[in-house]
Amino acid sequence: MTNIETTIGSVYGETSRMMGICNSCRYCEGYCAVFQSMERRVSFDPASLDYLANLCHHCGACLYACQYAAPHEFGVDIPRSLAKVRIASYEAYAWPRALGVLYRKQGTFAGVILALSMALFLMLGASYAAPEGLFAARPASQSFYAIFPHGLLVSVFGAVFAFAIVAIVASAARFRRALGAGALAPVAAASSAARLANLEGGGEGCYHRSGIEHPPSSERRGAHHVTFYGFLLCFASTSLATFQHYVMKWPAPYPLSSAVVILGTLGGLGLVAGPARLLALRRTRDPALVDASQAAMDAAFLWMLFLVSATGILLLVLRDTAAMGLMLAVHLGFVMAFFVMMPYGKFMHGIYRYLALARHERERREPNPYGFSDS
Amino acid sequence: MNLEALEPDVVVIGGGNAALVSAMTAREAGASVLLLEGSPIEWRGGNSQHTRNMRCMHEAPQDVLTEAYPEAEYWEDLARVTGGNTDEQLARMAIRGSSSVRPWMMRYGVRFQHALGGTLHLSRTNAFFLGGGKALVNTYYRAAKAIGVGVAYEASVEDVEMSEGRMTALHVRHEGRSQRIRAKAFVAAAGGFESNREWLRDAWGSVADNFVVRGTKFNQGRVLKALLDRGVAPVADPLQGHMVAVDARSPTYDGGIVTRVDCVSLGIVVNRDGRRFYDEGEDFWPKRYAIWGRLVASQPGQIAYSIIDSKALGRFMPPVFPGETAATLPELARKLGLDEGAVERTVQQFNAATRRGTFNHAVLDDCRTEGLSPAKTHWARPIDTPPYFGFALCPGVTFTYLGVKVDDRAQVAMADGTRAANLFAAGEIMAGNILGRGYLAGIGMTIGTVFGRIAGMHAARAARGEMA
Repeated sequence: MTNIETTIGSVYGETSRMMGICNSCRYCEGYCAVFQSMERRVSFDPASLDYLANLCHHCGACLYACQYAAPHEFGVDIPRSLAKVRIASYEAYAWPRALGVLYRKQGTFAGVILALSMALFLMLGASYAAPEGLFAARPASQSFYAIFPHGLLVSVFGAVFAFAIVAIVASAARFRRALGAGALAPVAAASSAARLANLEGGGEGCYHRSGIEHPPSSERRGAHHVTFYGFLLCFASTSLATFQHYVMKWPAPYPLSSAVVILGTLGGLGLVAGPARLLALRRTRDPALVDASQAAMDAAFLWMLFLVSATGILLLVLRDTAAMGLMLAVHLGFVMAFFVMMPYGKFMHGIYRYLALARHERERREPNPYGFSDS
Repeated sequence: MNLEALEPDVVVIGGGNAALVSAMTAREAGASVLLLEGSPIEWRGGNSQHTRNMRCMHEAPQDVLTEAYPEAEYWEDLARVTGGNTDEQLARMAIRGSSSVRPWMMRYGVRFQHALGGTLHLSRTNAFFLGGGKALVNTYYRAAKAIGVGVAYEASVEDVEMSEGRMTALHVRHEGRSQRIRAKAFVAAAGGFESNREWLRDAWGSVADNFVVRGTKFNQGRVLKALLDRGVAPVADPLQGHMVAVDARSPTYDGGIVTRVDCVSLGIVVNRDGRRFYDEGEDFWPKRYAIWGRLVASQPGQIAYSIIDSKALGRFMPPVFPGETAATLPELARKLGLDEGAVERTVQQFNAATRRGTFNHAVLDDCRTEGLSPAKTHWARPIDTPPYFGFALCPGVTFTYLGVKVDDRAQVAMADGTRAANLFAAGEIMAGNILGRGYLAGIGMTIGTVFGRIAGMHAARAARGEMA
């Protein structure tokens, strides 16, 4: 076995040991889905740990409540152990499997992809925007398509986006198979995910600041909501624009008062503020809760969201100036890099967690195979 | 911290549930309060960090409590398990107090949850803490700090000064030196002596060397000893305590809840000689687990072995340490370090004595032995389906009952019949007033919380000079 395989083997072994302790204790049952699903099992193989790890929303409540946490000799630390299993599961279910390694090389991955996509759009801009060039001032009515022809953008983004979708769906299908033959409850899972019900520590909130002296709060949940709903608004804006373009035959640019711009602006603001807050909250988190080796993955995703939306907003502000051409190339560079990184970065947490929740929400309605009488 | 200069109104000795509740109550009443926790911050909370619920009286269903658990039934349960070793007046105060104290707890952020999976038998009587006792302790420390209670960690009381029926000062080791701390009133909430191996040996003899302590290593009983040495009236017997059978591989301290082995009633239990010694199916396990610690303590070497076959799997809480497994009984005996012939003989006799019945672990079923001594009166099925499993058991001390005598104001009584004017007690150090013998799940937290409130209130009054 290679070093990384040995490490992953011990991550699963250690987490299985800890889960065995948790399953004999059960004090944390009220905190979240992880412990409720744990009680339906008596042993913890890698597939079941992948499931539990992706149910974990990483609120930290169970570590501070744990009578077996260090310095206790049992050394139980579920948030950190499940975080380690989580990234191992991202790698294991990645499609194609070989690209799973990118999860652990996020700094390099993000750097290379960003450089390539920036270069691509600057070159495309330089060649298509001639003779005026990227930096020419343009009349207010002029479309982005004067710089990058619509057909060019559709083919470039279409190809990348299609690959990303295929990779995401294939990865999700692998994870779904690993969840076993049991049915899913997609609606209940959507409701749970929309509320981040499992980030609430059973109603107390999430431990976003270091140490037991700080009370839990809803800050991380709030920042995640701003991010997630910002993302949905941007998605709605893009979908509406596509509909208007192809069905209504009404091409961009759209006026500031249009639904597309309003949705996109609100979403973009959320995608600036949310990731910025989440990045700030990361700095005060207790090191005992986190797996330091995946800091780059978390940070890369948040920075990408932040930069995609920040450049999008700048583009909106500068769209009638000489900087528009360059700003557009930069923004499209970030968007392209974001799409490329989607199947091999923290974006996937949403997909896997949703599927795990869908199984959990269904499972909890089924009889517990280990619901022994306690008399 | 220089504790000597503080001279607060009230000093609370201890850092678990009863101490925190006393400190917060005294603070609410306007007193300045200093709480002395003997342990480092990581181990704070004493045995409270291992608790999970509180037994509560209620006349009708409440948030997390089903049906009703009226005073009369609660009192009967307590009277039964203690065999009358209880002060009825104080016991009824604890019981009644448990029906009204939860809103106060919730005001400070304590959250409750329904009975945990595998503990449905407690869903009517016990309110579970969300996240367990350590979460409760963390919540209280945050709340205590927020209302201005001073907290010193690694502040262990070495001696007490008492004169003319009053406590005058404490000698506390803190930050490498002995500090003399004065206050107007004191609350002793420093637990029992179960972690003190020498004291256990004094009480039990050398058999105590084979006990593990399920809770904190910091309950050395120093405060209890100092008080008894200064003429405080004792209560309960040093041999009495809550003792259960735990996995013999348990850590010496702080094994907590997970080290218990819940398959006793599903199989047989043999001693070091491979012989059975008690009816494993006498009653439902939650009603019997508390006697097995003493049963094992009375066996040679203070060790016993629970043996089950694969029919029992999935019918009991998953054990924290996997049992020894074997395809045959002699192999299992060998792995457990027992005489193969003796174990085989015992199982053969047991199997031959079982009478066919309808097995149902949820009721007192009719599967029992005939002509066997000791009998197994329920859930007796032949041990004949490999693989076989074996768990070594040893006595696990949860807490000791020897304590200080108190009155209905939690005021400490002196051996000469007087009252200590400014000294109160709460929690395990005085639980023996109510729980002189036996055990009732969750009553330790009831006593700690209710008497913590009473002690804190009266300590604040004493500090204002309002106590006679």
